[in-house]
Amino acid sequence: MIGALRRRRAARRWEPRADAPAWRVMLVTIAAVAVAALVVTWVFVAYGVAPGEAWATIVRRTLLEPRGLSETVRKAIPLLLAGIGLLLAFRARFWNIGAEGQILAGAIGATAVALFTELPGPLVVPAMFLAGMLAGAAWGAVPALLKARMGVNEIITTLMFNYIALYLVRWLINGPWKARSATGFSYSERFPAEAVLPTLGATRLHWPTLAIALVLVAVVALLLARSRFGFEVEVLGRSPEAARYAGIDAGRVTLLLAALAAGAAGLAGVGEVAGIHRRLVEPTQLSLGYGYAAILVALLARGKALAVVPAALFLGFVFAAGDVMRVSLRLPSQLPDVVTGLVLLLVVASEPLTRGRWVRRDPAEAATAPAAEAPVAPPAAATAGAPAGGAAHASPDGEG
Amino acid sequence: MDIDVLVVATIARALAFATPLLWAALGEVIAERSGVVNLGVEGMMALGAVTGFAVAFTTGDVWWGLAAAGLAGMLGSLLHAFVAITLRADAYVSGLSLTMLGLGLSALIGRAWVGRPLPDPMRTIDVPWLRELPLLGPMLFQGQYVLTYAALLAAVVAWAMLFHTRGGLVLRSVGENPTAVDAAGLHVRPVRYAAVLIGGLLAGIGGGYLSLAYRPSWGEGMVNGLGWIALALAIFAMWHPLRVIVAGLLFGACFTLAFRLQTVFPPELLTMLPYVFTVLALVFTAWRRGRLAFGAPEALGRAYLRGER
Repeated sequence: MIGALRRRRAARRWEPRADAPAWRVMLVTIAAVAVAALVVTWVFVAYGVAPGEAWATIVRRTLLEPRGLSETVRKAIPLLLAGIGLLLAFRARFWNIGAEGQILAGAIGATAVALFTELPGPLVVPAMFLAGMLAGAAWGAVPALLKARMGVNEIITTLMFNYIALYLVRWLINGPWKARSATGFSYSERFPAEAVLPTLGATRLHWPTLAIALVLVAVVALLLARSRFGFEVEVLGRSPEAARYAGIDAGRVTLLLAALAAGAAGLAGVGEVAGIHRRLVEPTQLSLGYGYAAILVALLARGKALAVVPAALFLGFVFAAGDVMRVSLRLPSQLPDVVTGLVLLLVVASEPLTRGRWVRRDPAEAATAPAAEAPVAPPAAATAGAPAGGAAHASPDGEG
Repeated sequence: MDIDVLVVATIARALAFATPLLWAALGEVIAERSGVVNLGVEGMMALGAVTGFAVAFTTGDVWWGLAAAGLAGMLGSLLHAFVAITLRADAYVSGLSLTMLGLGLSALIGRAWVGRPLPDPMRTIDVPWLRELPLLGPMLFQGQYVLTYAALLAAVVAWAMLFHTRGGLVLRSVGENPTAVDAAGLHVRPVRYAAVLIGGLLAGIGGGYLSLAYRPSWGEGMVNGLGWIALALAIFAMWHPLRVIVAGLLFGACFTLAFRLQTVFPPELLTMLPYVFTVLALVFTAWRRGRLAFGAPEALGRAYLRGER
């Protein structure tokens, strides 16, 4: 099979492109999502659900009915916050996959303020957001420090910190913070009224967190486009070598970015406890894997801050659709995880398509193949700010 | 408890605990030595665990289950190999998506088997003659699974193959300098494919050990980060199969010792310890690497395109 691929390639040549046109990136992304939708349709058939009806139900209950739409949007809130943070981190090639743990850390920070401080009413919610952000940032800063100072692989440390945070929350709700009334399930005491976020009407859409998320996206977009910091991130992401020549302190930028990213994820955790659950609950209920899905949000946005909004809404839709599949269509609750993984895989797999194209060789040129095969510039330089592309050619340095 | 009894029991448990880590870390060492990083270990282990359990449950034979587990891990790694090697997409993200997809798929497939014990699980064995040894007998040769000894053997075989055969030389060269290998007239991609597939096979077996021997059951949280710990182990062992054994046993011993503290600590904090220990091990490796000239394979994580430097 591999031999056959080689022979076919001899007639064509891979031509990397300096800048992938936006329409092409969009088209490839849409195609990847469409393939995932086809697979889901096939799953419907396999489970004996009429696909047309199933899609109609999903669209109605997640996008058309006001209550459904509010669920889609409220699930997009933590994805927006964690996603914009990861986008920042990934642009500087800091492979933070610890957003899940940072969300939990944020939730712990917010709960500490809500249950154990005696602040005057109007100050409680701002203090919770601040505490959650700081807790998340601290949680993310440890792996970042280890990476910047010692070159410890951040992929594994951030992931380990997810598990540590998970068991920390579990310990808190089973031990020191356990509610007196809790039997069977464990959770903390209920937050007092002034520590609960207002929601839109009768929905669960906690709009203050949404507002914070949107402002943050706008700020990051501005920061990346207009500031010296944004320039440093850009250079660092494209070429750590160049960054060093330009006198950019890679350690400092990485640390700052990682803390910012983790702080944003921490805010998402505050929103979940203060807006939805109103107490600290079992970690797998508190965050339904938002931290992992946010990785996909950041990759789907392909380095563009504003693109995080549609990407987060899309994944919010996937999560909300998962609920509809489970409740209305009686499909297994694990389906959204599969869909998320599948979309991620397809987006990664299709990413090279945005980096170049196959062109037919001239017959004369083909005659000299394969020795003359593609004397090209490294596509690393060709990827404008798309983290997935650039990193294929520069591993996160310091494997360990 | 007497101190020697404690030591004996700890080492015996450490072996059992370390077995899945050994398999998976060994697989990752082989894959990464060829230059392809595979963050999908967690997903491949989950796929192996669920497939192995399903097949063993239906056929009633754990060995068919184990074969299926290895095959499932291999199929998962094939996906990664295609995306990362042939399509030259980002190997890190590709592996990550394999983990997410593997965890999701295994949970979906395994729904029917949650909470059901395996009627005929893998049996432990006592090694004839050696079991009689004082101290060493109960420590190493009583009540262990065949897969534990097989893992140790696999590590030795992997070491011999990697460092003392021509094929192993080619594999390591592909990971260090693919351009040179290509210039020498050898193919880079088939070698990488083979290494990644072997890695998937071993990770699948590691997962199969969990669901067929260690736990004999299936549950969604079964792998619970072991795949990621195995990744850390490969780094901690500095990509050397024999050091994987040492590192694996060290990990196993630490975890088992930690669990003996159950009377002092709440269980949630104890469950946290393996992950804390993994971070510490990575920090230690980084600190030591600063002094020694060991490093990752030079071309790790980079897709190969002929003509590109």
